[in-house]
Amino acid sequence: MNIVLEVQNLTKIYPGIKAVDGVSFSIEQGVCFGLLGPNGAGKTTTIEVIEGIVPPTSGQVLYKGKHRGARFREEVGIQFQNTELPAFLSVKETLETFRNLYGRKSDMDELVETCYLQEILSSDNRKISGGQKQRLLLAMALANDPELIFLDEPTTGLDPQSRRHLWDIVRKIKTKKKTVILTTHYMEEAQILCDIIAIMDYGKIIASGSPEKLLEEQCSGIAVILHEHLDEKILNSIQGKWIRSKDGVEIYPEHLNDCIKTLMDMKINLSTLTIRPQNLEDLFLKLTGKRLRA
Amino acid sequence: MIRRIWTLFKARNMEFFRDRAAYGWNLLFPFMIIIGFSVMFNEEQQTMFKVGVLIESNTNSTYASENVSVSGIEDNQYRSFRKTKYIDFIEFTVFNHAMDKLKHHRIDLLIDPRSKRYWLSQTSPKGYVVERLLKATAETRKTFYKQKKISGREIPYSEWLFPGILGMNIMFSALYGVGYTVVRYRENGVLKRFSVTPLKPYEFLAAQIISRIYLLFITTLIVFLGCTLIFGFKCHGSYLSLLALFFLGGFSMISVGLVVAARSSSEEFANGILNLISWPMMFLSEVWFSLEGAKPWVKTFSEFLPLTHLVTGARKIMNDGATLFEIKYQLLMLTGMSLLFFITGSIFFKWNRN
Repeated sequence: MNIVLEVQNLTKIYPGIKAVDGVSFSIEQGVCFGLLGPNGAGKTTTIEVIEGIVPPTSGQVLYKGKHRGARFREEVGIQFQNTELPAFLSVKETLETFRNLYGRKSDMDELVETCYLQEILSSDNRKISGGQKQRLLLAMALANDPELIFLDEPTTGLDPQSRRHLWDIVRKIKTKKKTVILTTHYMEEAQILCDIIAIMDYGKIIASGSPEKLLEEQCSGIAVILHEHLDEKILNSIQGKWIRSKDGVEIYPEHLNDCIKTLMDMKINLSTLTIRPQNLEDLFLKLTGKRLRA
Repeated sequence: MIRRIWTLFKARNMEFFRDRAAYGWNLLFPFMIIIGFSVMFNEEQQTMFKVGVLIESNTNSTYASENVSVSGIEDNQYRSFRKTKYIDFIEFTVFNHAMDKLKHHRIDLLIDPRSKRYWLSQTSPKGYVVERLLKATAETRKTFYKQKKISGREIPYSEWLFPGILGMNIMFSALYGVGYTVVRYRENGVLKRFSVTPLKPYEFLAAQIISRIYLLFITTLIVFLGCTLIFGFKCHGSYLSLLALFFLGGFSMISVGLVVAARSSSEEFANGILNLISWPMMFLSEVWFSLEGAKPWVKTFSEFLPLTHLVTGARKIMNDGATLFEIKYQLLMLTGMSLLFFITGSIFFKWNRN
């Protein structure tokens, strides 16, 4: 497989803070690579250094084996976390403006269809909803039919329906064998869209691999969720780990049957009990001791 | 390169013409100024001094205070004084009311023709001048100076003001239209979005400059034609010369805007800096009044302002029919300033916030 992007020992230091601390990874063509981590983990800084917006303190970034140049600008598409749209232009005019900045262009009709923009093409940018704005920003990132696409928290702040719309678009992009780098702090989003994930915390990558492999290797157990306030003595009597949640407790037992039996012996009300396989959020908790959506 | 510049040029123009409030204001503002000043400086209504005249009032004819002095006048002196042009005589029936106006410098002199007295505020410079005029009307001494009528075309104030208003409109449009807009783009992330496309900074800046010059020409042309039709103003020089001067003047002030916009990402800060530049420029570039008699350092300072050269050149072309060669000094200064500010703005330009 072809390596599209290679990041080598990337470090970015701001006064008083090491935002990115020796990050290295490489991404093969056609892969959706997810950078997962809580706010302030260094995800955005990492991809802004890769995009060339922020200069690195040290380390290097190679695109198709070479330093980034004019070709990189021409062949990548970028969606930022927070960008305003040009005022007083319609959706169609905005797309045409951005398409005309590139030598290589996406087919306009295909772009509009891919990003579900048909109904708002003539709408003023200032009058479209948050979800529509995100879809337009994504279409702008695809205006040059890019080979590598950066999506920085594309669904943050969106309602569930708009979020699913965005996921559909990313899935369509993936079918075209495009390489995608996505940052998110939604575990579900990473699990659905990403082929490879890298979990970041305090500017470092603390684990990476496919979501399935990571879970299998490090977090293959189950989680018992109980919306009851249990005494510490009871929890310590169960073999495994536990953590208090907002309205109860999450237990990661070594043996599920023993755990349930212990709770029943203690006459704990189990009517709110749910059991699920461990996920990326649990993995993150295990690796860092923190919740993803901190 | 051309395609990218053309694309941004079109986008910026659409943005400008669709922002009806800003576009309308750009056109309406100069008309309002010209109409306002035409009314204010209409010769029939032009008054330089205000003199109060007491009628039917029981006055204390010897009233005087710390700041108000009282003196006597002759009948024929008063009659002659009443014929003086540019003095507005305001009648009062209540002595105390008139005295209040005098003390607050709302009138420059107060006369009671019946008691043959007048009152004057000792702290009013205009009162001093009016008293001198009043006294002069009584003097019949022969003068050593002979009056000669001036020949040639007279230029009313509104016609003298017109090139200044056009220049001022160009200044505001150039400074805010580019400086403020680029800072707004940087603040809301639009510049950051452009920065990750193949667009080069000089292409972006060129598109902004060309678009603004184009818009300046359109708005100036509309204002020019409107004022010509409404007020009958004429350009006594070549329109091509005027076009060349406006191009250089506009370019130089757009370049000043670029310097302001090169790094700033705060609209409030940029607004403050643009105010700091535009207001002294407006008052020290002879837009409203001549700097004849001003202190030498004020005149020297005004030479460093592009608006001074734009307005001076425009007046020479429009009022006096000067050729491009006759305004070569203004053209040279504007070219030098344009290059200086444009190069500075381009060197310091950054896409992103610091």
